[in-house]
Amino acid sequence: MDDNDRLLDLTIPQLLRWRVAQTPDKVALREKEFGIWNPYTWHDYYQKVQAVAAGLIRIGFQREMKLALIGDNIPELLFTAVGTMAAGGIGVGIYQTSLPDEMADILNGLDVSVAFCNDQEQVDKLVEVRRRIPGVFRVIYEDPRGMRSYRDDAWFMDFHRLLDLGLEALALDGGHIEASIDQGRPEDVCFLCLTSGTTGQPKGAMMCHRNYINMGVQITKVDRLADTDEYLSFLPFAWIGEQMNSFGIAMATGITVNFPESVETSMEDLKEIGPHFIFGAPRIYETIRSQIWLRIDDAYWFNRACYHYFSRVGQRAAGYRMSGRPMPWWLRFRAWIGDQLVFRPLINQIGFLRLRRAYTGGAALGPDLFTFYQTMGVNLKQIYGQTEITGIAYMHRDGDIRPDTVGKPLPGTECRISDASEILSRSPSVCKGYYKLPDKTEELLQGGWLHSGDAGFLDSDGHLVVIDRVSDVMHNRAGEMFSPMFLENKLKFSPYIKEAVVFGDQRDYVAALINIDPIIVGKWAEDRGLSFTTYMDLSLKPEVAELIRAEVAAFNRSVEKPHFRIRRFAILYKLLDMDDGELTKTGKIRRKFVREKYRLLHETLYDETVDVREVEAEFRYQDGQVTTVRTSMPFYTLAWEGGET
Amino acid sequence: MNTLTVSDVTLAFGGLNALTNVNLEIQPGLITSVIGPNGAGKTSLLNCISGFYNPTSGEIFYGEARLTRASPHQVTKRGIARAFQNLELFGGLTVLDNLMLARHRHLAYSFFHALLYWGKAARLEAENRAFVEEVIDFMELEAYRKRAVGSLSYGIQKRVEVARALTLGPQLLLLDEPMAGMNIEEKEDMVRFILDIQKEREITVALVEHDLGVVMDISDQVYVLDFGELIGAGSPQAVATNRKVIEAYIGED
Repeated sequence: MDDNDRLLDLTIPQLLRWRVAQTPDKVALREKEFGIWNPYTWHDYYQKVQAVAAGLIRIGFQREMKLALIGDNIPELLFTAVGTMAAGGIGVGIYQTSLPDEMADILNGLDVSVAFCNDQEQVDKLVEVRRRIPGVFRVIYEDPRGMRSYRDDAWFMDFHRLLDLGLEALALDGGHIEASIDQGRPEDVCFLCLTSGTTGQPKGAMMCHRNYINMGVQITKVDRLADTDEYLSFLPFAWIGEQMNSFGIAMATGITVNFPESVETSMEDLKEIGPHFIFGAPRIYETIRSQIWLRIDDAYWFNRACYHYFSRVGQRAAGYRMSGRPMPWWLRFRAWIGDQLVFRPLINQIGFLRLRRAYTGGAALGPDLFTFYQTMGVNLKQIYGQTEITGIAYMHRDGDIRPDTVGKPLPGTECRISDASEILSRSPSVCKGYYKLPDKTEELLQGGWLHSGDAGFLDSDGHLVVIDRVSDVMHNRAGEMFSPMFLENKLKFSPYIKEAVVFGDQRDYVAALINIDPIIVGKWAEDRGLSFTTYMDLSLKPEVAELIRAEVAAFNRSVEKPHFRIRRFAILYKLLDMDDGELTKTGKIRRKFVREKYRLLHETLYDETVDVREVEAEFRYQDGQVTTVRTSMPFYTLAWEGGET
Repeated sequence: MNTLTVSDVTLAFGGLNALTNVNLEIQPGLITSVIGPNGAGKTSLLNCISGFYNPTSGEIFYGEARLTRASPHQVTKRGIARAFQNLELFGGLTVLDNLMLARHRHLAYSFFHALLYWGKAARLEAENRAFVEEVIDFMELEAYRKRAVGSLSYGIQKRVEVARALTLGPQLLLLDEPMAGMNIEEKEDMVRFILDIQKEREITVALVEHDLGVVMDISDQVYVLDFGELIGAGSPQAVATNRKVIEAYIGED
């Protein structure tokens, strides 16, 4: 039994209090503001949490009430989240990119009483739907900028005013928050986490204290963290991926959580902090790789030659490292030279030098990306889990990294594959179900196992392999099965392809709508003296189409089964976007919606007589204005041996 | 806070009058706009106020202080700052350095202190940096702090130009076409910044602008110039219905 297991009997506020008793003066949080990193010790952290809790009680917030958190990651957001728990309430994370109507639905659906917003942008959204959310009795804002016209309205409250109220209350009765914290039990629900919802309305998963703490304790049994380690908080707080770090791992290990100056400066701040571990969706790793490639391309020939030579050496070395086999000394020596000469300086430029582990999750990542990062000495590992199991339940172990799997279960997690090949899991991190949705909860937790909805299998080494959503698996007209996500991911291994949507359910062949990568293809066009104006213009260039056609042809040659091959494709004139509802907040494709929205294109993909289709493209600006552009969009058919023309 | 009064100002270049007997008032705490077709004398008027030109005749007062013959640095000392239409920034320097440089008036330490970066030098530099950082935060320029100004997009450079003027800590800010050449979203951002400058920082704003929609939306007081003469003044509504103004813009006789 590990020392840390006793932490499982505490709630998050109790664990915070325990941290204060252990290391009151150690830095718990750090925030960059006005160009300077400002620290908060565990003691400061607890003081703020107590003040928030007392302030909330003072304005009439009661146990089990819900408080919604909307905004960029700032320490005040965390103070409010843990302060809510200390007062016996329940936090709700809402994505700051949500639209007003969406917010109103969530606030009503989850019975929220108080909302915390970081700035005017978020407050304005609530003002827009104020009449629809009668249950919300107070809106707390952190940044008073631009709030002048709301100052006399009692519906709004400055966060600093809340703290003052709390401090007053604590001065009168210092013990009532302590008592409230003592009342909490580890199995109490403390947070409602929205599930990403590739289908329909988001649901609130009921997370309890132990879910988070267990996750933090178990993952650090596999990958040790020291309390001197650093973490940069740049993922949306409403996503389980951020909560598991700032509630789970940070509390369980005592590491320092750093908050970037603004969303735009995250990558700069990453460089300054030099975190010891990082967690992110595949997109982040893809973006960083694109940037590195672009810069290498622009480097002097000598630097470029060094990079390419040592990349080849490093790739071979990475092969040994990932599988845990001993390396021949000659290769080891050359790889060491490459590290010192090329890769260590290179990863220092992105702030990865101190990084011991980088985790990727949320969607599949190409094998070449694993090799790319492992070559540079960045220990990139795949994790797998759902919101409902606190984000991580399966993970690669060091020296046992295989791009085609998601690794082995964490300690204390049991895995079973159902007869319908669905992945089932059981662990203390499994949530209590969905808020006010007993039917869905029953489905989710049938027989005491968490039903993931993903199809997969365990291989002979005990690694879990994830295929696709059970509901997303498609069959062509001949009845042959294929997974659209699997094919899309494989297509996206091409650096020129940013996003792809694969069709073919009950059809004769597989077809795809493709998004080109604006940065890489833009650079490619520039290098060839090809001029373009907008993304739309670039994506409709015949030269670009030829480039993509070659990529798709290469894809067709490499796929495992003949019926996976793509027969027809078209390049979409706009990037799929969250704001247009085409992607979920975590960047997954909302398949049904996309198929409906681009119905005409979908049909054209299966009408081989049409080469060019006139389309009306609708663009929505951030302020809601809409413009329509007419254009003609070409479709391309690929031929292959054995296929009809 | 002071009122800026322009009375009977005429500015002549040889036989050509850029401004003829212009009278106007910029009242404290408000947003006052000057509009007019190309060549109407809007920028000339700002140049007279900020001391780049001296009027041929007439007087300019800021409160009790006479600015008629003042030089630009004397005007700046009175608490009047200006953001230029054609960006007056050092393209090779970072945003931070550009803004720090704008504070040099507040850096009064000796060569000896500077050499050792000690005592007064260190203290003043830190104070000025704190001031500049506050402006960076206000104008939301954090992401560009260490980037060379020349490498930034035009819209961001415009924002840096306004930030540079704010760094002087003015009471009255003269903005010369802050929205020229911007797209819709950049314009909306700039409007929000101008309103915040007026309301949150309590700075008087004098705005020269072509975009009539913006001017009518945010101004408290509007003056209209045409061929160097004042042809209209008043609230945005009053000006919008003024016949002379409509003629000047649409070009009827």
